Amino acid sequence: MRSLANLQGGEKTTRMDIVGVLPLDVAGALIVLWLVLGLLGLALQGSPRFITNAIFPAGALVSLALAATGLWALGEGAGVVVLPLGLPDLPLHLRLDPLSAFFLILLGGASFGVSLFSAGYFRTMAGNTLGLLCLEYHLFLAGMALVLLADDAYMFMVAWETMALSSYFLVTTDHHVPDIRKAGFLYLLIAHVGAIAILLGFGVMQGGHGIGAYTFDAMRAAHLTPFWSSVAFLLALFGFGAKAGVLPLHVWLPEAHPAAPSPVSALMSGIMLKTAIYGMLRVTFDLLDAQQWWWGVLALALGLLTAVFGVMFAAVQGDMKRLLAYSSIENIGLLLVGIGLTIIFHAYGKEALAALSLTATLYHSLNHAFFKSLLFIGTGSILHATGERNMGRLGGLIHRMPWAAMLMLVGVLSIAGLPPFNGFVSEWLLLQAFLLSPGLPNSYINMLIPVAAAVIALAAALAAYVMVKFYGIIFLGQPREQALEHAHDAGRWERIGLGWLALGCVALGLAPVFVIQQLDRVTQMLVGQGLGNAAGGWLFLTPVDTERASYSPVFFLLAVLGVMLVTILTVHRFYHGRLRRGPAWDCGFPAQTARMQDTAEGFGQPIRRIFEPFFKIENELPTAFDTHPRYHGRSDDRIWLSLYLPIKRITEKLSSWVSLLQHGRIHLYLSYTFVTLVVLLAFM
Amino acid sequence: MSYTIQFINLLAAILLLIVFAMLSQRRILSLINLFAWQGLVLTVSTFVVAYSTGQHHLYYSAALTLLLKVLVLPWLLHRLIRKLNVRWDVETLINIPTTMLVGIALVIFAFNLAAPISQLAEGITRGLIGIALASVLLSLLMMLTRRKAISQVVGFLAMENGLFFAATSATHGMPLVVELGIALDVLVATFIFGIFFFQIRETFDSLDITHMEKLKDD
Repeated sequence: MRSLANLQGGEKTTRMDIVGVLPLDVAGALIVLWLVLGLLGLALQGSPRFITNAIFPAGALVSLALAATGLWALGEGAGVVVLPLGLPDLPLHLRLDPLSAFFLILLGGASFGVSLFSAGYFRTMAGNTLGLLCLEYHLFLAGMALVLLADDAYMFMVAWETMALSSYFLVTTDHHVPDIRKAGFLYLLIAHVGAIAILLGFGVMQGGHGIGAYTFDAMRAAHLTPFWSSVAFLLALFGFGAKAGVLPLHVWLPEAHPAAPSPVSALMSGIMLKTAIYGMLRVTFDLLDAQQWWWGVLALALGLLTAVFGVMFAAVQGDMKRLLAYSSIENIGLLLVGIGLTIIFHAYGKEALAALSLTATLYHSLNHAFFKSLLFIGTGSILHATGERNMGRLGGLIHRMPWAAMLMLVGVLSIAGLPPFNGFVSEWLLLQAFLLSPGLPNSYINMLIPVAAAVIALAAALAAYVMVKFYGIIFLGQPREQALEHAHDAGRWERIGLGWLALGCVALGLAPVFVIQQLDRVTQMLVGQGLGNAAGGWLFLTPVDTERASYSPVFFLLAVLGVMLVTILTVHRFYHGRLRRGPAWDCGFPAQTARMQDTAEGFGQPIRRIFEPFFKIENELPTAFDTHPRYHGRSDDRIWLSLYLPIKRITEKLSSWVSLLQHGRIHLYLSYTFVTLVVLLAFM
Repeated sequence: MSYTIQFINLLAAILLLIVFAMLSQRRILSLINLFAWQGLVLTVSTFVVAYSTGQHHLYYSAALTLLLKVLVLPWLLHRLIRKLNVRWDVETLINIPTTMLVGIALVIFAFNLAAPISQLAEGITRGLIGIALASVLLSLLMMLTRRKAISQVVGFLAMENGLFFAATSATHGMPLVVELGIALDVLVATFIFGIFFFQIRETFDSLDITHMEKLKDD
């Protein structure tokens, strides 16, 4: 591959002269290494211990190396390689530019933790299933990395499908459960509808100039009319939206994520959804040469709907993985809002603001990859320890699983958007972008944007509420079931995986200035301007100027710690020696049991009442005379009923008409062929 | 030169005759033998075209045809019917005289169709396109009217022969890559059919494909 690396003419590329190796070569080699590890896992399925103790950690090291390569490539220009494989006249093109490099860092960084966790998580699996899973897992990682590196439509689609198919097989790991097969099918179906839209989008961008025009370079150079570039954008929005889970194509997410093994859910939610965000950014800002403001409005509106919808449904879930899946939908909504805002600013030539909202989007992608992977693998630990996904049967796990509880607390605080963790930084940046928006030349948009900012604030607040529910019900209080007394904490590998991701959340929260300096290279590439750091130094993050707003997580942390210290000292100083331990007050009712605690349903009840029109609620209430009173509540998605079921009915109707042709007689089928042939010959 | 044209025309006529013979044949064993003969005619015609036009890759095509269609495929089919113990195709769906009449109509139709194309073609290929097209259609007709799965496969292979004849005689052969590809396809298809025969017999205790109507879901 090395000998084929040819640098693109116009772009400045600095090489590492001593070794003469480019980041792209290293990335390619690492992807091949992943594939080799996967095949090795399949070949060595007789020794499951080796797979979990050696192959998964090795895969994790490859992830780390890939993230490092991404960081290296961020500083270099774009590197291009044309592989001697592929279609006639269309060899496979790979390219590593700052945008791909950033997402490679995201992929490598998050999958490092997840792979280490997997080394512990899959320990109990049987050898042959494990071997297959190891192959699919690494194929999935390699597919995602190739999506990021692809530089022509063919390579992109091949990688995209590799990613979709391998993740389908990962989702259906427990394929003997009918519900999981159903979830897998739904995922596969929507993934393919999306893939067709993406393919059509590439077809539009290629503009009928023959097979050579399927390279991304040709698409960059092509000038489409406004109509056709809008068509291409809409197709891309639809196609990537189906992968990301944008309303109304989100239905597969809450089904597939709980069905998959936890590390797979973590990869899918943390990283795979980001490849869709990558695709949207790549098509909108890189491949299409001019953006129109209404694209941004569309993306913004869809994003807002998705965010509020996701968080609303997350609030009423009783299954912890479904809750996280809906929370992923919410975060994708936020990312889409960021993209929409960037398009609006960019279309009106406000490059500084475009850079700000793009930075927020990219930063939030990275953050979400870390904290959502952390929470998903955390649910894996809980699932292993208790065998229970229903939060109504958990509780009080902080005593039994202190490691998992502490590390997941970091993830929960991050996703809830509390400083000094990473979720706060990106949401703060996004809101800054909103607050700075007045001054756009379109008065309608000026009126829309404050409303949008309010919706974002609502979604962020509800997300915090959801996380209080998630953490409180699972870890706090008393165990709701007897069996929870025997829950064991996360194992060694699992702790390392959780720890790495938690560390990532903290680091990304404490060093925003450094992260944004790196992100500037991506925003430079996409919108032509970086955020820089207006006179803030390394300590303060000031996206615009010091007059408006600045934020220093380090100071914040020091202040919080200082206040805590002072409080502790004060308490010790004035109340020292008067400590007395006694039973907690039982409200005058001594016969309390763990079942009297607030439940997941109870916690979500206010949201369910407030947003009642959006849910289809089924309640089954006990009467006063039931000897075994049972309460049963279900909140369904109205979109499923009003959009998907009619589509399903129409499809079934059409296929029943088509099946009239099916008689089961080969002679009849052959005569269809024969008659068609004769008619065509006679009349064409 | 004119001798070769005469010769190829003769071979084309023999080819058409063989297709008609296949159409009227009830015994599967003779059907396969006829198929082998058809392959031989094809080999000779390809060889003659190769010789007269001086295209070397057609020699390879001829050798390939000889190997595959005269030796390997008939051998495979013979083995199959020995294993499955089917010698007779008990009855056809339409009786044989009617089939022959339909066949004649098809030949006229094919010649009619091919007439404008033949006008354009060079000297060597006049009239051959009509015959090739007719043998394709007749083979398809054979697949339509037969009951036993094996005779349908023979029909399928004969159809491919017709196409091959059209390709060699009308356009002096396709590129060798394409021919190799098709040859491999035919071989693989035969293997797959073979496997299917066993499966069909396992399931229905017979090779009569009318049983497969039961597979349709209601």
